[in-house]
Amino acid sequence: MSFISLLWVLLLGSLLGLELIGKVPPTLHTPLMSGANAISGITMLAALTLIVKAEGNVPLLIIGSVSLGFALFNVVGGFFVTDRMLAMFSRKPSNKK
Amino acid sequence: MNLPVIIKFVIDLLAVLLLALGIKGLSKVKSARDANRLAAFAMSLSVVGLLSYYLGTSGIAIQSWIWIIIGSIIGSLFGAILAKKVPMTSMPETVALFNGCGGMSSLLVALGVAIFPISGGQENFDFFKSLINEVSISVSIFVGAITFTGSIVAMAKLQGWLSTPGWTQSKVRHFVNIVFAVASLIAFFDLINGNTSSIWLLVIVSSLLGIGVTLPIGGADMPVVISLLNSYSGIAAAAAGFVVDSQLLIVAGAMVGAAGLILTQVMCKGMNRSLVSVLFGGSLSSQSTASSGSGEYTNITSCSVEECALTLEAANKVIIVPGYGLAVAQAQHTLREVTKKLEQNGIEVVYAIHPVAGRMPGHMNVLLAEADVPYEQLKEMDVVNPDFPATDVVLVLGANDVVNPQAKNDSSSPLYGMPVLDVQEARTVFVIKRGMSAGYSGIKNDLFDLPNTSMVFGDAKKVLNDLIGELKDLGVGEK
Repeated sequence: MSFISLLWVLLLGSLLGLELIGKVPPTLHTPLMSGANAISGITMLAALTLIVKAEGNVPLLIIGSVSLGFALFNVVGGFFVTDRMLAMFSRKPSNKK
Repeated sequence: MNLPVIIKFVIDLLAVLLLALGIKGLSKVKSARDANRLAAFAMSLSVVGLLSYYLGTSGIAIQSWIWIIIGSIIGSLFGAILAKKVPMTSMPETVALFNGCGGMSSLLVALGVAIFPISGGQENFDFFKSLINEVSISVSIFVGAITFTGSIVAMAKLQGWLSTPGWTQSKVRHFVNIVFAVASLIAFFDLINGNTSSIWLLVIVSSLLGIGVTLPIGGADMPVVISLLNSYSGIAAAAAGFVVDSQLLIVAGAMVGAAGLILTQVMCKGMNRSLVSVLFGGSLSSQSTASSGSGEYTNITSCSVEECALTLEAANKVIIVPGYGLAVAQAQHTLREVTKKLEQNGIEVVYAIHPVAGRMPGHMNVLLAEADVPYEQLKEMDVVNPDFPATDVVLVLGANDVVNPQAKNDSSSPLYGMPVLDVQEARTVFVIKRGMSAGYSGIKNDLFDLPNTSMVFGDAKKVLNDLIGELKDLGVGEK
């Protein structure tokens, strides 16, 4: 992948991000932040790449593994906690009936 | 193009699409929960895509599998446990902690690549390519380190483990931070010049910069800072994407970075603060010490729980203004008991939710939802403000700055211009509060001096429990 096309990817990704969030009700600020935060743990892919390409280099394997741990802590925790918050909003209507 | 490449391409494309739909869906109440699950699914899909690609091409060594499994299990386990155990009241600091770890992960990846260059890229050495590599490694480390230390400081401050040291409020801090910033720039150029060891300097000074920038910021502005750091962790992820040549990482990181910036902007607007003043203005209280806003209270009326109960019983319409104090006292369930009694007596009860009630926008909605308060009773500020003149009793529970009339009347007040709830328009206002201490902003609240305001001193939970008892004695809600 050439550097220039990666830059295009960066640009278009940023524009997409700017467009996605238009009007957010204040109610959802905290869950949205927490959800977006979980997505930023996507660096787990970089950590995985590092481990796969380490080729027996133990220090690199360890760094990759620790990095993967941090990223997954972010991802798993982030999604669970967001779900917990959002569950409280959605529970109400179903309970009424 | 062989098969594994095509499969990975399709999976990556699908993952980006689902992530974008996920972020979009998270901004609407109805679709939010499904959207969150969709995003989680997209993330796992991306992992499957990456692993299957390597399995199909270079293969994955047993040793690599072992380290992958160790890292995943430990990280996921701790994340899941924390997410399940943490009380709803400490949501903001939890988000900060998760966020910091995301930044740390990007930092470690870049560090790993910098110390042990990945084999395979070496066969045709290209100056331009290695420059790009070094720049992206530096950006990833710089932003990752700031995200990590900044988030940890933010978490410690919200937890109350760390207060704002006095010296950080002086102008010296700008100088110190500029020194850190310049030092990281020097380390960066040194690194490009081929001096690999300066990478450690970069790690250290950017970590210090993260601390130096976050430490002076007051508790009230912390949500904005966390949101901004969240955006940074997206940028760090995108930079890590350049390091390991992953388009998916770049797109997802850029998306989170940009979306985080917008969200930060929205939050700033809700608090009537500009991003610049949050980052460089220091905490609010330090500016206000000299202003006319501070001063002694002259006309405080204190009253007993019994009087409060009597007034409530005679009311037709009651508005509850919950604040962080309510959350701290874990009194949202007790509050619900009180309002149930009032409702059974035919009294109309509404909750007025200030956009930044609690510690983060939307935090209070989560807490009240936890206590089974019907969603329809939660009214946003703009909707509820015209109702105050027709309201008999307002109960202010642990809220302070968001009900300070200074924000409307006193142009010299640091709060001036902040949107507030016009509780003083109601016939009677009860403020349940532990003592006369000031709110987050550290500013005197003019509301407490007004003749129609009565203070009920005590812990929110205890007062509400007493209130239930008094209401019972009065026969309220006993039908």
